Parts: sequence; C-alpha cells; structure tokens
Amino acid sequence: MLIISNLKASINGKNILKGISLAVKPGEIHAIMGPNGSGKSTLASVLAGREFVEVTEGTVTYMGKNLLDMAAEDRAKEGIFLGFQYPIEIPGVSMVNFMKTAVNEHRKHNGLEPLSASDFLKLMRDKKELVEIDSKLANRSVNEGFSGGEKKKNEIFQMAMLEPKLAILDETDSGLDIDALRIVANGVNKLKRPDNSFIVITHYQRLLDYIVPDVVHVLYDGRIVKTAGKELALELEEKGYDWIKKEVENNVIA
Amino acid sequence: MENDQDKILNDVTSGEYKYGFYSDIEMERIPKGLSEEVVRIISAKKNEPDWLLEFRLKAYRHWLTMKMPTWPNLKIPPINYQEIIFYAAPKQRKVLNSIDDIDPELKKTFDKLGIPLTEQKHLAGVAVDAVIDSVSVKTTFKETLAEMGIIFCSFSDAVQEYPDLVKRYMGSVVPYTDNFFATLNSAVFSDGSFCYIPKGVRCPMELSTYFRINSANTGQFERTLLIADEESYVSYLEGCTAPSRDENQLHAAIVEIVAEKNAEVKYSTVQNWYPGDKEGRGGVFNFVTKRGMCKGESSKISWTQIETGSAITWKYPSCILRGDNSVGEFYSVAVTNHHQQADTGTKMTHIGKNTKSTIVSKGISAGHGQNSYRGLVKVLKNATNARNYSQCDSLLLGDKCGAHTFPYLEVDNHSAIVEHEATTSKIGEDQIFYCNQRGISTEDAIGLIVNGYAREVINKLPMEFAVEAQKLLQISLEGSVG
Repeated sequence: MLIISNLKASINGKNILKGISLAVKPGEIHAIMGPNGSGKSTLASVLAGREFVEVTEGTVTYMGKNLLDMAAEDRAKEGIFLGFQYPIEIPGVSMVNFMKTAVNEHRKHNGLEPLSASDFLKLMRDKKELVEIDSKLANRSVNEGFSGGEKKKNEIFQMAMLEPKLAILDETDSGLDIDALRIVANGVNKLKRPDNSFIVITHYQRLLDYIVPDVVHVLYDGRIVKTAGKELALELEEKGYDWIKKEVENNVIA
Repeated sequence: MENDQDKILNDVTSGEYKYGFYSDIEMERIPKGLSEEVVRIISAKKNEPDWLLEFRLKAYRHWLTMKMPTWPNLKIPPINYQEIIFYAAPKQRKVLNSIDDIDPELKKTFDKLGIPLTEQKHLAGVAVDAVIDSVSVKTTFKETLAEMGIIFCSFSDAVQEYPDLVKRYMGSVVPYTDNFFATLNSAVFSDGSFCYIPKGVRCPMELSTYFRINSANTGQFERTLLIADEESYVSYLEGCTAPSRDENQLHAAIVEIVAEKNAEVKYSTVQNWYPGDKEGRGGVFNFVTKRGMCKGESSKISWTQIETGSAITWKYPSCILRGDNSVGEFYSVAVTNHHQQADTGTKMTHIGKNTKSTIVSKGISAGHGQNSYRGLVKVLKNATNARNYSQCDSLLLGDKCGAHTFPYLEVDNHSAIVEHEATTSKIGEDQIFYCNQRGISTEDAIGLIVNGYAREVINKLPMEFAVEAQKLLQISLEGSVG
C-alpha cells in the first residue's frame, strides 16, 4: 500500500525528517508514537501533500505510484485521508455542501455519476449512525463553533463518508475525553477492512487501548528509532520516552 | 510558501469573461459628443413631449456647472464626454408585432446570454424587458401582466402611453440636480424600464430588465422607474453584460423606486458588466444612482446586489424611509478582481417614526482589486425609535488587493439604536488545504468558501438567480487563488 524510503524533509530550511523508512500493507494499522517535536505531524503533512514541507530526499510509493508527484487533491481522491490534528473552520459552508462536493469529486475520479440529493442524504445518515455523531453537526458550517471533541468526531465522520484506502490520523486523540475517545476509536474499528490501512499518530498510549495496532513505531528526532508489535506501546506508557531518548543517545555514542 | 499561495490566487482569479462577444447588428447612431443639440436630438428621436425635453435641458445646463466627484476611493481616469456616442439603437425596419419581427442577430444575442425573449419557451415565470444600447427591444408577458393592471414596458413607451404617471414620479426620488452622473443621465437618458403595480396587486412573476451594451464608444444611460402603489408587491431583477473592449465604456443609470403605503419592493441586481482584462485594460465604468422612497406607512424596499463586473463601480442603492414603520434593506456582495475597483454601499435616511434599516455588505477582493464599502445611516430629528443594524464584512484573497470601510453615522434622535459590526478575513491557505485534502480542487474550494461567505446575501435573491449568482461568483474569482 505505502512504502516510504529514506524520506528527508525540511520546513523553512530546518531539517525535520531525517531519513524515514516505513512500509504499510493493506489491512494493517500502524501506530506512530513519539515525544513532541519528533516529526510526527510533519510526516503526516508530507503524506497529505502540504506544500510548506519540502522533501529533500527519499521516495514515497503509494499503490505503486510516486506519491510525491501528486497534488494534494489527487492524493485524496486516490484514497488518502488525513484526520487533522487541528481541523479547520470554514464559516458559511455547510457540512452537507462540503461533504457533497468532496464525495462527488471522489466519485467523478472513479468514473461514477454524482449522487442524487436523496442518496447523498441517506449516505450521510448511515455514516452518522455508524460513527455515532450528533446529526445536528451536519447542518452547521464546517467545524465552525465546534468543540474540540466535535471537531475530531467530525474528522472520523468525514473519513467514514470518503472511505479512504489509507487513513492517517494525526493526534486525533488529543484533547478528547474518554467518551469521545471511544467514539473515535469505534469509528476506526468499524471502518477497518482487509483492504484498507491506518496510520495512527499519537503521543499517548491510551488510544491504543481501543485501536489495536499491528505495528508500533517510535519516532524521535526525525527518525524511526524503534519498531515492534503492540506491546511496545505499553512499554512506552510504563517507561516514558526518556528511556527511548537514552537508548538513542547511547547508540550514537557507541 | 507565500509564493505558492500567490500563484494559487493568481490562477484562480484570472478567469475569462464569457459575455465579451460583440453582435453585428445594424445600428443607428448619432454623432459622438455632448451638446444641447444632442439632448434635443435624443428627445426628438423619442418623440417626447415638451415637458420632458425641458427636464432634459434643465439637467444638461445644470450638469455644465458640476464637477465630477472626487470623494470616492477610486482612481478614475479622465472621461472625455465629447468622445462618447450618446445614442445608439438597433435599426428595426418595422413595428414589432411578434418575436419573429426581431432582427435574428439580436435574438441570437439574447439567446447567447440566456435571456428568453420568447414567452412560450420560457418556464420560470419571469417577464423580461431587454434593453440593448440605448433602447428597449422587447418586453415579454406585457399582455398577461396588463390583465392585472400591471404596467411593465420600456421607459420610452411609458412616456408615450402613461405620461401622467411618468411626469408625477420621475425625478421625485432622484432629482435632476442630484449628483454629477444622475444629472448627466437626466439630460441624455435613452431608455430603460417602467413598472407600475396598482393598489392591492401582488405581481405574480419576477419582473426583470436585461441591459446589454453592444456598440463601441457608446455610453449607456438608462433610467428605471418603479412604482408600487398601496398594498402591492413586486420583485424585480436586473442583469447586465457588455462586450470585451480595450477602451472603457460609461454606464450612468438611474433607478427610482416609490413604495406607497404597505407596499413592498424587492429589487435585485446581478451586475456583470465587462470588468476589463487581467491587466486592467478596458471595462465598464458603472456610475449608478439607485434610490428608493418608502413613501407610505409600513412600506418596505429591499435592495440586493451581486456586483461582479465593471472596471469601476460607484453605486449606493439607498432608501429614504419617510413613512412611519417603513423598512429599508441593503444586501450586497461586491467582488473586485484583477484591477477592478468598487466604491459601493448604501444610504439609509430615517425620517418616519419606528423606521428600520438593515445593511449587510460583503466585499470580496482578489488580484489587485480595491473594494470600498461606504455607507451612511442618517436618523433625522423626528425619527423616534429608528433602528439600524449594519454588518460589513471583507474577504481578502491574496496580498495585493485592498478592502476599505467608510461607515458614516448622523443621528439626531436620542431614541435611535444604531449598530455596526465589521470583520475582515482572509481565505486561509489552511482552509484551502483542508478542502484539497478532501479531494476538492483549489478553484472549487474558493468557490465553496466565497459562496459560503456570501450566502446570507445570495439567499435574498429569487431562487433561479441565486444559482446564477453562485456560479458567477465562482467564475469572477477564477484564477484568483492558486
């Protein structure tokens, strides 16, 4: 599905990613953990196609194509979804209108006719139920005046609507209370299929109590310094990131 | 990063004007230039009564004493009035009895613009008065409306057929001395629409005037007079386009509305005159005086305007709230892209008691566009319990455009409550990226965001035009964000 190889990237000339390699297969959930400032969100930005991040070296192959050559909207239409850490407010644009445009752009890309208004509304209803979000959210402007939790739930709802092949959730758990966290996690679990994959970026282990990852990576200072099974998350929870930092420093010295 | 955004802005806002074609219609023109002789020729061509010629001449003589206003926040190049043709009309061989008598070339022009001149083919229930250059060529549904006592015809016809109504109301809201461009119009106006809704009648269809400038070097000076008698209702829409030309063209119109007791008038404009090219060459100078008088008690006048065209727009649709409990509204979206300039807003003059006014102005600036809101809320001494609410929002796309707000308040009554809110925002790169990430292209994203921003105003338009307006907003901003 996704192969990242020796990826280096910088923002305003500052090196943030210093050689990341990673492979995600269909049906897998990968967790990327790491302390603040380790480059987690930058990695998400590169994959989604934000232009302010400059890729200086390395390749990213997605479904056999060179991802870095694709425009952000084309990546989205090819099935990459980014759940934003800080979802953006768009005043005056209703969720219905926004989602209808997005869904129909995806359909057009796949050679399908646009959905009729009634089919679209039915789809919205079904997906709202699936992710248990308040149906009033859909009548409001995109994220405008939403609480932090509502915004994150809205990201999961959009993910359900667009049915991505690869969903990258950037700290979707930050700022959530336990109920919202459960809803977000349930959404992911319900949408999981053998042919789609997730990259769950998180600072804390607690989301991984609900979403069980196949692989856990630890990102530190722009590099993946450890990769293991789900037990790695628990170890991090217990020992904190200092343990990783020390290990990395020792390795450098050795 | 900044460069990328500029590039996006550039791409999206550099779309092309699609009504810029010219139709080869056989025209009758008078020699260019302005003089008392020209005023007399126009009046004679229209076979006008003496009182009207007198009105024109008084206006012309007054105009000679006036100077072009310099207070607008606009850069207007000097206009040589001796280089303008003040009257041009499509030549018609005979009196029109049916649609088939219209010059096919002319019919084609309106078909191309999507303006139906044939009633049978038209489903939406809109009566149209089509004005090309200086004259009205066709008014549809005239007979259907006449059955209800509604008069809807060209201004010239009204002068011939209903001289008393014209004489009584013309100049009663916008006097010939009003301002430089209104006075010029009063001297040389050629045609326009006339509408009278009798007592107690709700006009069953949208009335609409469609203005088209076709000839080169020709000024368009039309005049619209709309009278809503007691307890009547009418919704009126005007649209306008012009061919793309390198030189500027002058459009100086007057719209006068009178609303008697309990009458309601909704006046909507979708202004899409040729805006000039990307470098700011050519385009229409749109200097228009629009004013409504809420003459009777509990009358209401509501202006809605979507201004996307013209190189320069200078326009303040206003309400004089004379009747007690009368209501004035102004809803506006003004777009300036490339090198367009707009200085637009409204004047709400509260004279009667318990009068209410609402102003919602949404400016959108892109490219090198300069957009100014200028509004005056005036509460006179006797206007007890007057209320005004004003909201002026500006949206900026890119960093080379400008938004300016000039609100004026003159309140002479202590019981008045006047509120003003203003915001300025930018379409953020974050918003665009958020849309991109959901598979929406940058152009569509801007369309979505701009239409969302303007929704409050667009919702005030009659339904079928709201859809048009949405498309138009998107087209006008094509190439503004990249």
